[in-house]
Amino acid sequence: MNCPECDANMNIPEDAAVGEIVSCGDCGADYEISKKEGSNIELKEAETVGEDWGE
Amino acid sequence: MQKICIVFDRLRTEEKLLQKNAEELGYETSMVDAKITSFDTDSKPENFEFGDVVLERCVSYYRGLHFTACLEFMDIPVINRFDVANTCGNKMITSMLLKKNNIPTPKTYFSFSAETALDNFEKVGYPLVIKPIIGSWGRSVMPVKDKDTAEAVIENRQVTDGPQDRIYYLQEMIDRPPRDIRVITVGDQAISAMYRKSSGGFKTNIALGADPELCEITKEMEDLCEKTSKAVGGGILGIDLMEDKEKGLVVHEVNNTVEFKGLVKVSKKNIPKEMIDYAIHNIK
Repeated sequence: MNCPECDANMNIPEDAAVGEIVSCGDCGADYEISKKEGSNIELKEAETVGEDWGE
Repeated sequence: MQKICIVFDRLRTEEKLLQKNAEELGYETSMVDAKITSFDTDSKPENFEFGDVVLERCVSYYRGLHFTACLEFMDIPVINRFDVANTCGNKMITSMLLKKNNIPTPKTYFSFSAETALDNFEKVGYPLVIKPIIGSWGRSVMPVKDKDTAEAVIENRQVTDGPQDRIYYLQEMIDRPPRDIRVITVGDQAISAMYRKSSGGFKTNIALGADPELCEITKEMEDLCEKTSKAVGGGILGIDLMEDKEKGLVVHEVNNTVEFKGLVKVSKKNIPKEMIDYAIHNIK
């Protein structure tokens, strides 16, 4: 599928799961896989790092 | 057969390893995204897929903490418990609890306004380390070596003016080698440890590029980590130690949602498997 931001082709690994973050190799935008049914994948913009993120 | 649930908000290597190991051990496993889950005051466990025990693994501290409160409201066992997450998420509470339990920890100073924080700097002397009471990955942790820096740091706090910015946590600078030790404890037992070496700067966080190296767990570390784990309420923890050249090992931080993707590659123990085993055997 193509990057929603820059339209470059994104290689999403076959074993990628819902909730996982994928990045566009061209523009660096991060997306979260929001839906995956076979080869049908939907992406949403990933959350940016929050002040309370971490361990 | 028991069912285990992993609650996440960002599916990282750690959560995938936990899922894989739970499934390999034969447990039915569900993955629940906290971001798309809602509760209300009538929520019941049967309305969800939380199974018999939940491992709370959110990367957002506040999200995970409040999600844990919802799970405990429904009497669902969750690791770590709310009280543990609440303690470990707050460096000030953790420092006080460590001291109260006679666990060696760096001397730490607390003040509640810019003026008294500056007074503290001047009274105690430099260098001191200023840390936000809530936060991770070394964010806003700064060594303060002189008055000019202290004033600049405090002025910046007043500009950002978040609720936590009014609480000033200043800690003695430990004279140590350029590394610290991260120990993972599961049920009060140290199961794996690594040195986190600074990549040139003051901080040793893996998230900032520090190099991990396997560390042998000594009896002293084992005992100290057991005591620390018990002091904060147990569960699955990441305990950070520093090697003070005079005082020996000191505990400076206890992490509630421990990351282990670096350590898992070199650890002698299967970390995610140990965590799953612990969760399953602690279903009340």
